[in-house]
Amino acid sequence: MTDKILTTRMDAHPSDSHTLSRYVATGGYQALAKALNEMSTDEIIEEVKTSNMRGRGGAGFPTGIKWGFLAPAEPRYLVVNCDESEPGTFNDRQLAERDPHQLLEGIIISSYALGVNHAFVYVRGEYAKSARRIQRAIDEAYEVGHLGADVRGSGFSLDVTVHLGGGAYICGEETALLNSLEGRRGEPRLKPPFPAVEGLYGKPTIVNNVESISNIPWITMNGGAAYAEIGPERSAGTKMLSISGHISNPGNHEIVMGTTWRELLYGLGGGIPDGRALKAWIPGGASSPWFVPEQHLDTIVSIDDVAANGSMIGAGAVVVMDETTNVVAVAHRIVRFFAHESCGQCTPCREGTSWMEAVLKRILDGNGRRSDIDLLLDISDNISPGLKWPPAMTTICPLGPSAVSPITSITRWFMPEIEAMLAGSEVGLG
Amino acid sequence: MTPAIRHWSRENQARVEAILGSYPERRSALMPLLYVASLEHDCVSEDAMREVAALTGISPVQVQSVASFYTMFKGEGVGDYVVSVCTSVACYLSEADVVLGAVEDAAGASSGETSEDGAVSVEHVECIGACGGAPAVQVNYETIEGLTPEAAAALIKWLVDTKPDVVLADEMQQLFGGRRSFDWGSVELEGAIRPVPAFGLLGSAGEGR
Repeated sequence: MTDKILTTRMDAHPSDSHTLSRYVATGGYQALAKALNEMSTDEIIEEVKTSNMRGRGGAGFPTGIKWGFLAPAEPRYLVVNCDESEPGTFNDRQLAERDPHQLLEGIIISSYALGVNHAFVYVRGEYAKSARRIQRAIDEAYEVGHLGADVRGSGFSLDVTVHLGGGAYICGEETALLNSLEGRRGEPRLKPPFPAVEGLYGKPTIVNNVESISNIPWITMNGGAAYAEIGPERSAGTKMLSISGHISNPGNHEIVMGTTWRELLYGLGGGIPDGRALKAWIPGGASSPWFVPEQHLDTIVSIDDVAANGSMIGAGAVVVMDETTNVVAVAHRIVRFFAHESCGQCTPCREGTSWMEAVLKRILDGNGRRSDIDLLLDISDNISPGLKWPPAMTTICPLGPSAVSPITSITRWFMPEIEAMLAGSEVGLG
Repeated sequence: MTPAIRHWSRENQARVEAILGSYPERRSALMPLLYVASLEHDCVSEDAMREVAALTGISPVQVQSVASFYTMFKGEGVGDYVVSVCTSVACYLSEADVVLGAVEDAAGASSGETSEDGAVSVEHVECIGACGGAPAVQVNYETIEGLTPEAAAALIKWLVDTKPDVVLADEMQQLFGGRRSFDWGSVELEGAIRPVPAFGLLGSAGEGR
């Protein structure tokens, strides 16, 4: 059974896995040849549907189904989302820097299948190196005729443009990304219309994540059914997890989902440094509600299991906290992030995130009030009514509700610790 | 070429040409053009915004509205080296605040400020995607991972003393870094020449498409 798809080349050939020569020498661009010579565009889309691959950017929407929504108007666009900015994620960075041709072959096959003649890769501004590596792969591909007016003599034409962002987390949201790519402020658009109907320049557009597209060559080569067989049902394929924080083996790990968190954190992750105890972990990036050992250590790492336990696997960012962690300080750090990254369009998010940051800060500074817990939950409820998961929203996009996750997490699992901090402050006692 | 940038270097004019040719609609070129303009002017100055407005066919205030939305288009007064210290959640758990303090002390500038000699601008930033090698910093958007506070201070001293023309991630990582998020593979000889991300600006990658 296949247990790695995306990282085999970079593991085997660390010095040159990013080059065209190594890519071709290890079977690269055979999937493109197969797609162009042996498959109809409908057959490729069907294989992606059969694969049951769910989008790797966070929302987990099946990629093949998304492709099926693409409206017939022309021109159409493919936009690859390499704006990886969720605190804790760094797996797209590795895929882009270490195996950019795998991504590019995925882009070419996907564009061919979708009837796209101009694709864009939106790379976050801080990933200059990733952008350079992708661009070099593009340049190499033009030279050998994998891109340009007549891709490998097929009559299909494709240009790919790398677009560098300017430092704004919100541009990872697909409609904000499209606005940014159009030279506008990165403010999310109301949906519907969805990008598949009205996206870039108002034209039908598919926005897919780097990891999703990097899987397309393998799916094309080996078939959707083979991909669907890997891992548990509804969590098909492999997943890149970025593990960071208080963990002995931080880094990206490509796994087949279906293990337990205990196996992941104490096996691949190597456990908590210096034998300290695990206090909590964030299973899917700063936006996701936290997990705690007593409740979740023996639950399953899969998209649906994590969702059933009230959180999300998201883009695969696991952030581990040991027993020494001040959870209010971590919640403050995460809320501060969302306050900083709020685009400002929606009042509950713009105002709420800043107020929550201020309240958490005064608790940390020893000036908390007993009423602050209710205040935090009240602000949270105004951003995300009912404090449910998945969250209800009073905002255009999920950024605001994401800032609620650390609040609901610390009040759910660590209330005595917060109360102790309040009791320690004079205002709290008064 | 539009008269608005007739005074730009030939190199930068060529970059503008290539960028405008990469997009179906002119306005899409706005962000990459702002980066080229900041190479030309050393920052996104008022002149830079007026010139980019002329290139994209929108008003200068529209350009300003976009430029001010993002954090990487630096205005007047930015130093030669922008040192961005990540203090987001994973780096925070790895004592990034201490690294920030060491950088501020070594540079003689607090976060958000530039040292008196104009060499170093210090900023604390949100996640830069280097969590596996936390704590991490960037110098002109080139990443160094696994820094101790001492190494971070030494990095600043090295920047000020040697004033490298090009900042190379691999060189800085070798001199000052520690644990990385992942194996970086082969060494890169391309880096940043200004506090502008080194993409499509140095004549190899990114040109002509």
